[in-house]
Amino acid sequence: MSISVQNLTHIYMENTPFEAVAIKDVNLDIEDGEFIGLIGHTGSGKSTLIQHFNGLLRPTRGTILIDGVDIFKKEMELKSLRQQVGLVFQYPEYQLFEETVYKDIAFGPKNLKLSQEEIDARIRESMELVGLDFEKVKDRSPFELSGGQRRRVAIAGVLAMKPKVLILDEPAAGLDPMGKSEILNQIKLLHEEHKLTIILVSHSMEDIAKLVDRIVVMNRGTIALTGTPKEVFSRGELLEEIGLDIPHIAKLMHGLKARGMDVPDNIYTIEEAKEAILRLKKGDYNA
Amino acid sequence: METIVKVRDVHFEYMNFEEQEIAALDGVDLDVEKGEFIVIIGHNGSGKSTLAKHINALLRPSRGTVWVKGMDANDDENLWDIRQTAGMVFQNPDNQLVATIVEEDVAFGPENLGILPKEIRKRVDGALSAVGMSEFADAAPHFLSGGQKQRVAIAGVLAMKPEVIVLDEPTAMLDPSGRQEVLNTVKYLNKHEDITVIHITHFMEEAVDADRVIVMEAGKIILDGTPREVFKRVDLLKDIGLDVPQVTELAHELRREGLDIPPDVLTVEEMVDLLCQ
Repeated sequence: MSISVQNLTHIYMENTPFEAVAIKDVNLDIEDGEFIGLIGHTGSGKSTLIQHFNGLLRPTRGTILIDGVDIFKKEMELKSLRQQVGLVFQYPEYQLFEETVYKDIAFGPKNLKLSQEEIDARIRESMELVGLDFEKVKDRSPFELSGGQRRRVAIAGVLAMKPKVLILDEPAAGLDPMGKSEILNQIKLLHEEHKLTIILVSHSMEDIAKLVDRIVVMNRGTIALTGTPKEVFSRGELLEEIGLDIPHIAKLMHGLKARGMDVPDNIYTIEEAKEAILRLKKGDYNA
Repeated sequence: METIVKVRDVHFEYMNFEEQEIAALDGVDLDVEKGEFIVIIGHNGSGKSTLAKHINALLRPSRGTVWVKGMDANDDENLWDIRQTAGMVFQNPDNQLVATIVEEDVAFGPENLGILPKEIRKRVDGALSAVGMSEFADAAPHFLSGGQKQRVAIAGVLAMKPEVIVLDEPTAMLDPSGRQEVLNTVKYLNKHEDITVIHITHFMEEAVDADRVIVMEAGKIILDGTPREVFKRVDLLKDIGLDVPQVTELAHELRREGLDIPPDVLTVEEMVDLLCQ
């Protein structure tokens, strides 16, 4: 599904003393099957923006087209929109409420009035997608599981709705390094094998730089920068000005460049840095 | 040097939901000197939090002994004194604040000790000032950012006049600026208020400035040393699923390729200097 954000503005509590402009005049086009990383610090408007994508918030001005259809038109069916655009909130494990994992994941599909066979099939499939063993886990209480497992159950609940677009707000927050890379790799798989359009919201560029096609950087309610990870990291100064945590490798490259070393400034992985530095040092020996 | 926390051969076992006995701690020995800044790392389930909860007697060992400032934690008589000596801060900023106004929240602990109002006032003001939250004394906690809430939680512990603060992943749920705020606060307390700090984290960058880094795995302490000593064990740390600071890993890779770079590089600045020599 393609998403086209057009002149979107959202003002909380407009015309009251608490009025706050959360996003202003945002334009953004996301193509079908794209993997987008949405970055910005707290208060930059990321969460406000994504809550428009499935109609949880209505814009103050502007609109969003999904596959060319204006989702804020009066006669729009929001129910089907929310099925197609799945939103996984921060710390979604706090939203589990059923007695068993099976029932919790079944909650959404049940409300779609699907047949029992279809519901069962969807639960199996979505549990497999997030790496949970159906037989072992289905009858457990969500509250017996570890934090990382609970989070997978919550994501499976959204996947069981068979969304075409999946939006995840900080899916790796609070997990240890291993849990983090597991969940991020599973999201990558959803994109590669199941062709979902994915929007991943994060504070951490390090985490998402390796995954996404394109990064969108938000600052003070507007889009400050957008491009491939390489393009974005070459703007180190702007990123630091905005107050974002840039990967140490990117910092290192900027530091070397500032001291007159001839290294590329759009590098952010250890692998690339190693090659660039080896090239540089070998150059020294040849000279 | 005074040893403020002493852990000897501590075991802690519990039953999981499948009724298997799990050893969360499997013979832990640890000495913490007064004034130290210790960071504990290890992946989920390695026993870090279980160990932390033993230090203020929230958990009692199945076997072995913990002493806090010489007080045996197995002795019920010492329970309250230990909890006052070793305060604890948890992961979720929203689960720790109980009052509707910041200063009332900070006053909650001392009030329960039956301390005189005048002294409480002094402690609350002192604690809020130490964490840099004085101007928010009258604010409602739900209007604060995550980092600010954690600083209030730390102030609540400080108002009990502890000598040790144990922080169990206090930065896990915060954004980068909140994380920095909390870390700076903790470092300040260690340096200027003479508080012994035991800080548990998944962010390896937070361990770089510690006096000592302790690595836990399967209920045991497997590494214990300065950040440089610990992080240069890149292969071991990676094997057990932990990260090392990116720069340290890069140094490790470059050494493998034959470049003359020390194995214990920790910061970007050091690395820039080394490469520009």
